Amino acid sequence: MNQIVAWKPVPDPVEELAIAADGRSLDPEVIRFKLGDADEHALEQALLLKEKHGGKVTVVAFEAPEVDDALWTALAKGADRAVKLVLNRPNPGTAELAAALAHHLTSTAGPMTPDTLVLAGSQAIDDLEGELAPYLAEILGLPYLGVVSGVTLSEDGRTARVLKEFAGSLRGEFEVPLPAVLGIQSAEKPPRYVPVARVRAVMKSGQIEVAEVPPREVPQKLLVERMYLPEAAGHAEMLEGTPEEVAERLAGILAGRGLI
Amino acid sequence: MSAGILVLVEHLKGAVADITFEMLGAARQLAQASQAPVHAVLVGKDVAGLAAQLGAADAVIVVEDAAAELPSTELVLAVLRQLLEQKQAGLVLLGGTNVSFGLGVRLAARAKLPFVNFCKGLRWDNRALVCTSQLFGGKILSDVRLPDGRGVISIYPGSFPADAGKSDKTPPVERLAAPAVQSKVVFRQLLEPAAGDVDITKQRVLVGVGRGIQSRDHVQLAEELAAALGGAVCASRPVIDQGWLPLSRQVGKSGLTVKPRVYLALGISGAPEHWEGMQNSECIIAINTDPRAPIFDGAHFGVVGDVLELLPLLTEKVKARKT
Ligand SMILES: Cc1cc2nc3c(=O)[nH]c(=O)nc-3n(C[C@H](O)[C@H](O)[C@H](O)COP(=O)(O)OP(=O)(O)OC[C@H]3O[C@@H](n4cnc5c(N)ncnc54)[C@H](O)[C@@H]3O)c2cc1C
Ligand SMILES: Nc1ncnc2c1ncn2[C@@H]1O[C@H](COP(=O)(O)O)[C@@H](O)[C@H]1O
Repeated sequence: MNQIVAWKPVPDPVEELAIAADGRSLDPEVIRFKLGDADEHALEQALLLKEKHGGKVTVVAFEAPEVDDALWTALAKGADRAVKLVLNRPNPGTAELAAALAHHLTSTAGPMTPDTLVLAGSQAIDDLEGELAPYLAEILGLPYLGVVSGVTLSEDGRTARVLKEFAGSLRGEFEVPLPAVLGIQSAEKPPRYVPVARVRAVMKSGQIEVAEVPPREVPQKLLVERMYLPEAAGHAEMLEGTPEEVAERLAGILAGRGLI
Repeated sequence: MSAGILVLVEHLKGAVADITFEMLGAARQLAQASQAPVHAVLVGKDVAGLAAQLGAADAVIVVEDAAAELPSTELVLAVLRQLLEQKQAGLVLLGGTNVSFGLGVRLAARAKLPFVNFCKGLRWDNRALVCTSQLFGGKILSDVRLPDGRGVISIYPGSFPADAGKSDKTPPVERLAAPAVQSKVVFRQLLEPAAGDVDITKQRVLVGVGRGIQSRDHVQLAEELAAALGGAVCASRPVIDQGWLPLSRQVGKSGLTVKPRVYLALGISGAPEHWEGMQNSECIIAINTDPRAPIFDGAHFGVVGDVLELLPLLTEKVKARKT
């Protein structure tokens, strides 16, 4: 099996996000990047499949300040190759990233081999133009399924059985022939933990490959006219005081609602 | 008259999903200014009967497909592309739901139209359509302008009133033969969720825990509060994905929709996908260390504080009041 895990790091929303002076983008000064949960799960799903069916896992990540750490961790967890894609372009949209990734995949690996499975995160918090995985599938001419929370492979390795989430914890079971692109929402198991010592060891013996990709023009590129902080329609009544006092007030509210 | 609007009707297990009415309402509002016709597009197996509910549209286009319980995405895409041409439509509204996920991107790529995700507001500015989207888990808004009002737009659930898309009128129905398509993705079956030990949709009080609860062991603190209140513990996705609680306890877009008398959101940021599932709770109380967490915008009561510190205190106070 030839598995490719595609990562698109996103600004960490736990940080205070500020708007840049142009009023159309995030202030790059305050952005710390991280992987979305779905990206972590995409790697985990690939590693689980590798354990069962062999083959290799290549993680391809777009460059971001903190992405090296994530790539070293991926190697320590069992990925075979880590590639950092450099795209010299400010604020690339998801469609552009997908086009660049498709270019990289087809130019370095040739056409997708019949045993290729591309796993990307299902959706990212900054996917204004939509998700990477279906763009990629369209460009590569491959089948796609999104919001995936489980993948198993047929015995001959040609077909993936894929669980896709709907609402209300309802799931759909689909079959898709390889090569295919999947948008992973969660892996079958929580992402594995890897000790720091193991990551350090990999940093000494392993390598992160760097590939520069030419920017691609795409018709979908959206021009953001304005980016701003939401003005909340309302706000919670905030309870202040010592933890003791706050707990007492909360108990009072619960009692007032007839719950105690 | 400007280009028509297509609304992809979303349905699952023989019921029209709420998002469809939200989209029809939004389309009606857009059509009022542009005088464009609104077409509801209904694709699937034995779906014609659902058309009667879609009277807010100027016409319902029904494509029956006996092949599978769920229409293949390839079929839906082919239908929408055909209608974009036939109806001289310029705008397609889709649900920002797991069902329609990925469809918009593929339609946009094939029809060479822009695609706007996470949309929660739409307004005309002369001939241009300005779309407001929520990004970064609801922390940032962005406005995008579609200069000629053409594009594919994914409507975020809960952004438009569903009532505006309901009507008693009987809409004219047009039948369209299903275009022949090949789909590599084959639908096999729907898997119903395993019944949990408790039904979180039936509780009068829910103690919801999020990533802020930090470890499996701490979930016990929430269990103790829930027990004292006679309710149950539920959770956001990261807690379920870690395996700290079963899937039957997940609230939100992929999980369950709940409406208890009180919902305690403990260490939950209030991402749109979680909010979707609990926004209609009668009273929402949020505890979060981040004073800017989006959950505080919608909650009734809020506390900026550490849930690990407050939980045991609150359980104690509740127990004290019961004796
Ligand atoms: C297709 C799709 C479907 C999804 N379906 C669902 C779904 O069904 N349900 C769902 O919940 N999510 C769903 N999500 C995920 C959703 O986008 C969010 O990632 C998720 O809701 C975040 O959960 P959280 O609030 O627990 O975690 P976070 O967003 O990480 O928030 C944790 C919060 O805890 C606070 N915190 C940290 N420590 C403490 C402390 N000691 N005391 C108090 N507060 C603390 C932090 O300030 C933060 O606000 C879905 C996403 C996608 C793309
Ligand atoms: N309008 C619709 N109503 C009901 N089901 C749909 C609709 N559109 C797509 N689907 C189903 O949802 C799945 C979407 O999968 P994905 O490839 O992840 O976008 C498809 O395989 C279809 O079975």
